[in-house]
Amino acid sequence: MTERKAVSPEYMILEAPREKRFLIGNEALAAAVKRANVDVVVVYPITPQSEVSHLCGDLWAAGFIKEYYRGEDELHVMVSMMGAAAAGVRTFTATSGPGTVRAMEPFTCWAGYRLPIVCGFMGRGIGTPANIQPDSIEIYYLLETGMIIFHVESPQDFFDMTLQAYAITEQPEIHLPVAVFSDGFFVTHGREVVTVTPEDEYLHPYDSRFSPVPAMDMETVPIKMARDCLVIKNNFISYNANASWQQEVRAAQYRARKHIDRFMGGPLEVINPDAEILIMASGTAAAQARVAMELAREAGLDVGMVKIKVIRPFPAQEIAQLAESARLVIVPEFNYVGWLAREIKAVVNNNAKVFSGPSVFAGMTLPPEVILAELQNLVKLSGVRR
Amino acid sequence: MDTVKIAPGFEEIMPKEYQDLVNDGPYGRDLGVKDLGTFKELIEEHPLCAGCSLTLSFRLVIASLPTPEDTLIVTCAGCFGVIHPQISLHCTIAPFGTHNAFASGLKRALKVKFPNKNKDVISMAGDGGFSDIGLAPTLHSWFRRENFTSIMLDNECYANTGGQDSGMTPEGIALNMSPKGKQFPKIQFAEIAKQAGCAYVATVTPTKPRLLGKMARRAILIAREVGPTFIRVATACSTNYKLSAFEGYQKAKSFEPEIGEYFTEEAELYIKEIEKKSPKASSKGEEENED
Repeated sequence: MTERKAVSPEYMILEAPREKRFLIGNEALAAAVKRANVDVVVVYPITPQSEVSHLCGDLWAAGFIKEYYRGEDELHVMVSMMGAAAAGVRTFTATSGPGTVRAMEPFTCWAGYRLPIVCGFMGRGIGTPANIQPDSIEIYYLLETGMIIFHVESPQDFFDMTLQAYAITEQPEIHLPVAVFSDGFFVTHGREVVTVTPEDEYLHPYDSRFSPVPAMDMETVPIKMARDCLVIKNNFISYNANASWQQEVRAAQYRARKHIDRFMGGPLEVINPDAEILIMASGTAAAQARVAMELAREAGLDVGMVKIKVIRPFPAQEIAQLAESARLVIVPEFNYVGWLAREIKAVVNNNAKVFSGPSVFAGMTLPPEVILAELQNLVKLSGVRR
Repeated sequence: MDTVKIAPGFEEIMPKEYQDLVNDGPYGRDLGVKDLGTFKELIEEHPLCAGCSLTLSFRLVIASLPTPEDTLIVTCAGCFGVIHPQISLHCTIAPFGTHNAFASGLKRALKVKFPNKNKDVISMAGDGGFSDIGLAPTLHSWFRRENFTSIMLDNECYANTGGQDSGMTPEGIALNMSPKGKQFPKIQFAEIAKQAGCAYVATVTPTKPRLLGKMARRAILIAREVGPTFIRVATACSTNYKLSAFEGYQKAKSFEPEIGEYFTEEAELYIKEIEKKSPKASSKGEEENED
């Protein structure tokens, strides 16, 4: 192992020099985990996540991760992550589609425990008919778990947003789990040039004394404290405590905004904000939207785009404002339900101008021409003129 | 102990119970079951049923910890979910049945965090928690040879949910989800524990308090160095088996013939060595003919 230098997240994310690599998404994610100085990784294999778990195993074997094992299934992997993070160490895991829904109970517990776990999700189809193709449906199931949720567009995002996840959630007033979500295969197995921070620089170790709840390690006063005891006693004070605890989780999500602004340059990327028509998208749908926007502009339409990087805390105000001046908003997605369109409709005034689609799923691709065709069709129907 | 002492100026403000813990608690002291009644216990009063032998078992385990100041308890849903917030140790309720997965992550992380200091992790759950919903993570923690102790408080039913049969309920017993009597035999969990790789397996009843204390300490010490350990505490649920408090005690006592211990060779050598060096280490005043 070469000599490594511990650096602050501010330096690593905002100032460190970058080197070019030619990486698939899973490799970019593992490169971020290596630099994040992770203590404990527990994983369970599933396509298309397995590769990043193999790479984490290699990092452990080489001494870059301190503890690593393959757990018995996703439910118990996610609970083991709870145990490890509760002890007050830095943790990482990842899963995909069916693994995500199998582990739903612990996902609903992580935020209540105030655990700064970072979890990679490699989205894929769930349920019957069985499907291993790319799909972003699982974000829909994760929306109200209290997690902070990022949706990556590319391997570059996977690298950056994973480091940003640690930087943001380990702030004393945040400490929430972070889902770094990618669309399976498109990102996990797509190869492109990724700029990464130097190999020999890694984050300072995690210090659990900055956690808003004491680590479970018997090093702090053993007050009669169980973070989850608040449901146990049936009285008014207990109900109040539980209720305010839930509100505090959401408040912590909200407080993450200032760190999202600092480390990520905000939750949105906006191109041509004053355009008559806005394409709003997240993940790889945003990559397709970029091309569709160019095609539409070439065809003479006044089109802009909004890439939504952060799904939770949802940037409601900004999206409402952007939609205010647009005459038409379309939301292409890689899932059947169109959850992003629902989220946007819920915050936009006069939301009849928000159209869900095109939505593709079950492994179909989303060619920019399909987005353009939908756009032209809607323009015809709604009477938006250039 | 630095981790419990009261910050200067707060001595008068801290509740009486806390002051008692600091001044007369078991942290950093060599106390055990035989000392009960002479020190401030880690467990406060509890709201469980009168005569509950599961609660007694819990209390005896908590009184037997070799180093309570460095012990963490993982439990899951069940009657003692109402007790554990009352104990003065870091503890948590894992999602139902997942206690051994939680304990695996916790113990490994504590080894990473404190490479030069031992932290004991104890996973405690009921018979349903271990034998039914938690079977997979329990077995896998043993297959992986995780260094913590599992203690099953076996009252032969799901009690907190209103009295249903569990895998540990004997065949033929009619409970709320076995109206025609349970259709299959009680699971031989201690046998499973041996096969799955436990270095120490014991069965005991709370009617033998000092023996229970001795076994708990053996299990905890062996788990530190040798491998996973398992204790089945045979208790009784008075409420759901419709017994009086005294009948419940008698029922727990009726399990005494099942009391036994199993060691792997390595575990036996290890514990004998410790007990030879310090006869009190495991026994904590265990005496014959106690009741």
